[in-house]
Amino acid sequence: MKALILALGLSLSVTGMAHAAGASDTDQERVARWNDLKKEIFAGKTIEPSETMVRIDAPKRAEDAALVPITLAMSDKDKVKGVSLIIDDNPTPYAAHFIFGPAADPGEIKLRVRVNNYTDVHAVTETKDGRFFESKQFVKASGGCSAPMGMSDEEAMKGMGDMRLKFGEATPGKPAEATLMIRHPNFSGMQMNQVSRDYTPARFIQKLDVSYGDTLIFHMDGDISIASNPVINFGFKPEGKGPIKVVASDNQDGRWEKTFEVPSASN
Amino acid sequence: MRGAANRREALFGGFCLCCLPTLGRSAEGFAMDEVGPGIFIRHGVIADASAENNDAIANIGFVVGKESVLVTESGGSLVDGQWLRGEIRKRTTKPISHVVLTHVHPDHVFGAAAFTEDKPVFIGHASLREALDSRGEYYRKRLVDMLGADKAGSVVYPTLEVKDAAEIDLGDRKLSFHAHGKAHTNSDLSMLDSQSGLLFPADLLSVDRIPSLDGSLLGWFKEIEKLKSFGATGGIPGHGPTRVELEPAFAAITGYLAALRDQTRKAIAADVPIEKAVKTVAMDQRDKWQLFDNYNTRNVTQAYQELEWE
Repeated sequence: MKALILALGLSLSVTGMAHAAGASDTDQERVARWNDLKKEIFAGKTIEPSETMVRIDAPKRAEDAALVPITLAMSDKDKVKGVSLIIDDNPTPYAAHFIFGPAADPGEIKLRVRVNNYTDVHAVTETKDGRFFESKQFVKASGGCSAPMGMSDEEAMKGMGDMRLKFGEATPGKPAEATLMIRHPNFSGMQMNQVSRDYTPARFIQKLDVSYGDTLIFHMDGDISIASNPVINFGFKPEGKGPIKVVASDNQDGRWEKTFEVPSASN
Repeated sequence: MRGAANRREALFGGFCLCCLPTLGRSAEGFAMDEVGPGIFIRHGVIADASAENNDAIANIGFVVGKESVLVTESGGSLVDGQWLRGEIRKRTTKPISHVVLTHVHPDHVFGAAAFTEDKPVFIGHASLREALDSRGEYYRKRLVDMLGADKAGSVVYPTLEVKDAAEIDLGDRKLSFHAHGKAHTNSDLSMLDSQSGLLFPADLLSVDRIPSLDGSLLGWFKEIEKLKSFGATGGIPGHGPTRVELEPAFAAITGYLAALRDQTRKAIAADVPIEKAVKTVAMDQRDKWQLFDNYNTRNVTQAYQELEWE
């Protein structure tokens, strides 16, 4: 709940700033913006730069601003407790916050986001001993938040809440990989209907819990920067018992739950 | 004789009606090709929209009937539409009775505002209104940023909305319309001219310029079959030469779309993530299409999103 308030509070406080942001900003302006964001999100914490603790892989120029694939790689994964993704110049910069559970393999997480401008993208990991590390990547893209995902709201809502979980090739004893797909428009609230001058209200996956049996793999707080039909790729420890359970909820009281049997590892 | 030719050139803005249709771009800029009896088409440059080209990148033109004129595509901006209107008025004083809005993309609809004074029937797909509602303003802003407010144009809605099929008459010249299922976009409208037998598939057919996927990849195959069933042999693609033989042109676009479909499916089946798939899928098609690097990545992204739910 705390993360949610932070995310929404953030969207209000930086709206004016986001308007001013653009492709022509100087490095100094970008650094100043990040410093402001850090103050709001990680109040008072010292954040050290480290590519080992977190590295962002993103296309330098996104061909489709409404779907920008992002990989967060955390090579010192045993220390990692959680990771945040911040897209500095998006209207709601705080895109996602992951907390990893005991069943996670937090070496790598992938997701797809919207990018509304030429922007720095920051990732911040929190370690189990309470330290914070950051890294960044610059992404050239524009219009991802206001670009409508399709041509019709009704169509975008089709099958909302359908889920799939695809498992990667499993090797006994090694971390396994899975890709979660959720049908959901993740309306950003910035897509305008020209006639009514109304915006399609924001409707997005806000909370996501993925667990293996009774053990948490990860919890995610999400926001409008996550692309429609969210797809999240994650690692988990394969020694758990029971099915993988996914519980997703959005900001309009939508709630969906599904369990998936884990295929047994082949030798 | 020489003087007469010059006078004639002056009259027709550098384009002489009896000259080769392949004349295409004249020194002054664009020219119209007469691709069939009473059918004039301007070749759109194979480029992305820019301040230099006024978004005049689609093949636009008009058809002249006994009574009136139909605009096959309006142009990519107000100035592009105004230019087309000028070309029409150089050739005929007949009223402009119809303007076709072939689909939601800006290079095809933002010239429409140039024709509002003619009070034509604006013909569009039944889904075009909603598509313009959701994207029109976004497109308009981007055009304003690029060209300035005075040149960009505004969103014009269809007044004749085609759900399935429709027919109109320009005076001894019947034109039939077909509203297609989701393919290039969700609002693709094709037109068949009864007099010449020429098909106007708009962007359901792109020649030389890489097709852009913004509707449904699987749907596109279906709609190409539909277009073939109309039996036309020649047509006017949305981009590329102003007139082509349809059979090889459909074969070429189907070749690209099939590569996109098959290789994307293969990538998904092999757990190749989207960010890697965009670098490999359909790369064997690269030499066959202009602007390949500008659009293939986006096409793969679209295809991947569609096919990963299969």
